[in-house]
Amino acid sequence: MVELRLPRNSTIGVGKTFPAPSGAKNVRTFRIYRWSPDDDKNPVIDSYEVDVDTVGPMVLDAIIHIKNEIDPTLTFRRSCREGICGSCAMNIDGENTLACLKPIKSIEGDIKIYPLPHMPVVKDLVTNLDGAYAQLRSIQPWMKADTAPPPDGERRQSIEERAKLDGLWECILCFCCTTSCPSYWWNGDRYLGPSVLLAAYRWIADSRDEHTGERLDELEDTFKLYACRTIMNCTQTCPKGLNPAKAIGHIKELQLVRKL
Amino acid sequence: MNAHDPHIDVMRSHLGRARGLGAGHSGAGHWWAERASSAVLLPLSTWFVVQMFRLGGASRADVVEWGGKPVNATMLIALIVATFYHARLGLQVIVDDYVHGHAHLPTRLLIKFGTFLLGLLGVISVIRLVVAHGSTK
Repeated sequence: MVELRLPRNSTIGVGKTFPAPSGAKNVRTFRIYRWSPDDDKNPVIDSYEVDVDTVGPMVLDAIIHIKNEIDPTLTFRRSCREGICGSCAMNIDGENTLACLKPIKSIEGDIKIYPLPHMPVVKDLVTNLDGAYAQLRSIQPWMKADTAPPPDGERRQSIEERAKLDGLWECILCFCCTTSCPSYWWNGDRYLGPSVLLAAYRWIADSRDEHTGERLDELEDTFKLYACRTIMNCTQTCPKGLNPAKAIGHIKELQLVRKL
Repeated sequence: MNAHDPHIDVMRSHLGRARGLGAGHSGAGHWWAERASSAVLLPLSTWFVVQMFRLGGASRADVVEWGGKPVNATMLIALIVATFYHARLGLQVIVDDYVHGHAHLPTRLLIKFGTFLLGLLGVISVIRLVVAHGSTK
């Protein structure tokens, strides 16, 4: 019924320490979660001492340096290194964020890096996001309109209508918000999570979409939408400065408006 | 199949799992009722607290007479109904968060029935005050 204890394999041990090279001046310690599916061992925290004067300013620069120069077995995702692909989402210094946008200098003490919380770990900092991607697919994140588009061009939108999409279209689907949400931790199998709900509202708010009612119908569920408890971790953690909690609030508002 | 292959008990696609049983088409009412009842409870509880201070040290007969007056009885019943209705809605949220699997449905029913019974007990007690008030005249 209620799980009071963590599973045994969630106990994290102490791993290896990789000391800084001699002559290093500005040493910071990166304490990184390590787990491999290849052996039956519990996860450990490895410590890497890095001379941050020799690497770029962001946490991602440091972990790329660790992988290239210190420990090639360290596993993480990264691609664009400029906050537009969402690949390097991880938990840094207790907060979900993009490693490429997080300055090392903004962190005091050791830099603790964990995978995104409450997702199955594939290896080290790589989590399996298949469930969240499928939830995104389930809200049909594409334009649905029955009116044929004008033969001579694209569907038009007024400046005011287009402005309603600002703060929504910028989401890069890194799932920092979804994996920071306690409601998603508790009911991630039924609750869609802030990221997917922001995406859903992006289409509800789009003046060119003609399936607003169906979209609201599909979301009206005790769990899919209403498991949101307005905890606001999503908004606090979003590395792109978006406000998923506000988008969720707008969806609830619209569901109310059509009922009252 | 290799005997050493790990057993996989869920092979349903992630999309199938995400869609699940579809939307229950409820939730908006609950969400709204939770907020509306909390707004109603603000003036009702303020009234109740003020009245309790005014009745501090009063004799039992005074309190019975106070509770038997139509306006007071109406306010009391409104407060009791709103309180237990709001408690039902709020407790459901806690159960949805923390109770999973087969225990979920019975716990939800227990809360519905329990809050209903407690509310009913309160309402009947107020009615008794009104009846007692009427019979003393």
